[in-house]
Amino acid sequence: MSEHYTLHVNGVERAVQDAWVGENLLYVLRERLGLMAAKGACEQGECGSCSVLVGGNLVCSCLVLAASAVGEPIVTVEGLAPPGAPSDVQQAFVDCGAVQCGFCTPGLIIAAHDLLDRTPEPTEMQIREELSGNVCRCTGYGRIIEAVQQVAVARRTADAGAAS
Amino acid sequence: MTVLVPTSLDEAIAGLAANGGATLLAGGTDLMVEVNEGHRHFPWPDDGATIIALHRVPELATWTYDVPAATVVLGAGVTWATIEQPPLRDLVPALAEAARTVGSPQIRNAGTVGGNLATCSPAGDGLPVLAALDADVTLLSAGGRRTMPVRDFMLGVKRTALQPGELIESITVPVLQGWQGYSKVGVRNAMVIATASACVATDVPSRSIRIALGSVAPTVVRCPVAEQFAVERVDWDALTVDAGDAVEFGRLAAAASRPIDDHRSSAEYRRHAVAVMAQRLLQRAFPGGER
Ligand SMILES: Cc1cc2nc3c(=O)[nH]c(=O)nc-3n(C[C@H](O)[C@H](O)[C@H](O)COP(=O)(O)OP(=O)(O)OC[C@H]3O[C@@H](n4cnc5c(N)ncnc54)[C@H](O)[C@@H]3O)c2cc1C
Ligand code: FES
Ligand code: FES
Repeated sequence: MSEHYTLHVNGVERAVQDAWVGENLLYVLRERLGLMAAKGACEQGECGSCSVLVGGNLVCSCLVLAASAVGEPIVTVEGLAPPGAPSDVQQAFVDCGAVQCGFCTPGLIIAAHDLLDRTPEPTEMQIREELSGNVCRCTGYGRIIEAVQQVAVARRTADAGAAS
Repeated sequence: MTVLVPTSLDEAIAGLAANGGATLLAGGTDLMVEVNEGHRHFPWPDDGATIIALHRVPELATWTYDVPAATVVLGAGVTWATIEQPPLRDLVPALAEAARTVGSPQIRNAGTVGGNLATCSPAGDGLPVLAALDADVTLLSAGGRRTMPVRDFMLGVKRTALQPGELIESITVPVLQGWQGYSKVGVRNAMVIATASACVATDVPSRSIRIALGSVAPTVVRCPVAEQFAVERVDWDALTVDAGDAVEFGRLAAAASRPIDDHRSSAEYRRHAVAVMAQRLLQRAFPGGER
């Protein structure tokens, strides 16, 4: 009794065929749907490199039973911005040197977008706490925090410009 | 299909009644770790067992404040992310403090209070708070409802009173009038399992002080001797406590703990940590005392 179901990923209905019922969403995204942004390092919720949005919530896709996520919008980094036109957060990560090996980056980009959507002007403590589920072994986090702060400032400036 | 995603409580209960051995899934933050590690075998092609995912059941995902009863009724599927924010943070502050220490934002967005209770890990951060607040748990099956104290529901390490065919419907938490707080010792600030933890909750009108400990016994421990001692020593008019009495309170709490040596810590360290946490929590509850 293998599973057939449909997931709603980045605005597109994607059919999943002949899956084992216990497959997690990270596995299905990568191995069945070819979406390689979310990364798997621990598959136990510790590292955050597999972070995606499910139903608007930031979660570890390795802990989501894929077959239970039917009917909910799923967003991965591939769905944030079209290829070649990075989002403001993606561009800030590049500009600030917040990317080294890049393994943690997709998870952090999703987490940073989620943070800035909910808390447009986070303090450094808030950034550290909100990103505490995303482990980076390379950067030491300083430049990641800088990138998030830079986006917060840029968005505020843009808003002020739009209002005047 | 072997995964049911009910969208009402009736549907969930019917699914549970029709599939005796069904596995319940809430946020998946305990269960999926076991599945990923191959420790929990989900239905393989021929054994036809059922998984019932509860995250779309609205009755389980909501909470209510029953003002006349002075209780908060938390659906089993309420997440830690909801509990750590106002308005719940203002009604059950110690539970919100515990919530804020659970895993990471990703884990708190998915993980639920009902899943924490059903897992019944000695280190479950919600459990000492629910025990200190004398919370009740309501279990529901096709046969009906039953309610029992959370302390009676927790039987041992990962063992509960939940029967096949039942699910946790809600947890009823008294809203007290007095300071309450949660303290947790671990190797770092985020994403850490408790080495030892403690909750102190007070209710000034009834002159009640409760302390419950986590990670220092197979399940949560309440410390009646320490509680009685504190009730007698606190100055209930000034809301103060002597520094020396707070130290003794810590010693009595540590004496009630039954910690073990394991890969995370030693029994001796855990006992010491309990004494320090209990003392500090009592002093925070009754801050007028000397340091
Ligand atoms: C990286 C990581 C860090 C963590 N950190 C912490 C931490 O700091 N503190 C802490 O306490 N926990 C922690 N946990 C454990 C876990 O997040 C919590 O125990 C959480 O509350 C579990 O809830 P859930 O909804 O995800 O449960 P699930 O995994 O969905 O279910 C857990 C168990 O409960 C059962 N169940 C779920 N809902 C019901 C119901 N309504 N009725 C009956 N049975 C039910 C399931 O069948 C299963 O056996 C962590 C987990 C991870 C992966
Ligand atoms: S792979 Fe999911 S948190 Fe590490
Ligand atoms: S850039 Fe290498 S892990 Fe973060």
